Amino acid sequence: MHEMMVAQSILSTISAEATKLSVKPISAKISCGQLNPINDEALNFAFEVAAKDTVCEGMKLEVEHIALKATCKKCGKGFDFDIYSPACPDCRSEEFEIGPDAPLLLEEIEFEDNRQDEGFTEQENSQQE
Amino acid sequence: MKVSLNKKILSKNEECALQNRAFFTENNTLCLNVISSPGSGKTTIIVRTIRELKDKMKIGVIEGDIKTDTDAAKIRETGAPAVQIETRGACHLSAQQVTSKLGAISAGELDVVFIENVGNLVCASDFDLGEQGRVVVLSVPEGDDKPTKYPGTFAKANVLLINKTDLLDHVEFDTDKVISDAGKLNPDLKIFQISAKTGQGMNGWYNWLLGLCTKTAK
Repeated sequence: MHEMMVAQSILSTISAEATKLSVKPISAKISCGQLNPINDEALNFAFEVAAKDTVCEGMKLEVEHIALKATCKKCGKGFDFDIYSPACPDCRSEEFEIGPDAPLLLEEIEFEDNRQDEGFTEQENSQQE
Repeated sequence: MKVSLNKKILSKNEECALQNRAFFTENNTLCLNVISSPGSGKTTIIVRTIRELKDKMKIGVIEGDIKTDTDAAKIRETGAPAVQIETRGACHLSAQQVTSKLGAISAGELDVVFIENVGNLVCASDFDLGEQGRVVVLSVPEGDDKPTKYPGTFAKANVLLINKTDLLDHVEFDTDKVISDAGKLNPDLKIFQISAKTGQGMNGWYNWLLGLCTKTAK
């Protein structure tokens, strides 16, 4: 995956939400599938660089890797598909149905509980009242 | 305070991909995204395909490269239209870049548009460009371990072209292993063994292409 592009996309979404809510973001949860995997370390580094001097500076990103479900055509067992070792973990058969892969999602943002009015416009604050 | 979003991270790319797909569908043009390592022979395959199918279908090309329009120039030598996208450092094409070139493509007159992606077996496969099908090229000198090393790219393709088969006697390359490894990841993958240099095996690929080309079928 292209972590810098992902970092910039996350940053722009979180910044917009933070402005809308007038609160500082602390952390965010991201999820991805197996065919579009995120390298956690590369993403966190890219995000740290991109978020410098923005409202998102210092945020922590948590990446959840969602398993790709497969069903063995031979023994019928359902299992988590490992694209680097594609075989049924039980009978070692290499014939299986692969389910849909999870999309790359920004699932959740955690914000500070205290609203910080500093840096946000009156208009945006009043929308929240 | 937690805010649940569940927003697709590359939604901007997806919106443009949808727009591109609609454009090609409306024009009844088959758009194929061609992905491979640098130097696998993408341009040579496309050039030979254009030349040998010129009486059967009209082909246009969107060329993606970090810099230069060398590849677009090679395509234009065949008489086919080509549009160059210079990514200026980016290692893959994005749907937005393709959207920005739609105006330069006379899709109504074309049966097939190949998008030749930037040579990269990793990043390119994560970006939907709005194509209707995806072709991955693996050339014999690259080695037979590529499907297991870059599974995502092979899992998401419709066609695998094993190119430079004329070099099989000179390098270690187990074709059966590639076919087996890629097939495990993607049972529906169509595989053709070709040499774009000698023309060997190209007919299977041409027939697949002609079979999908709705304009020609009319």
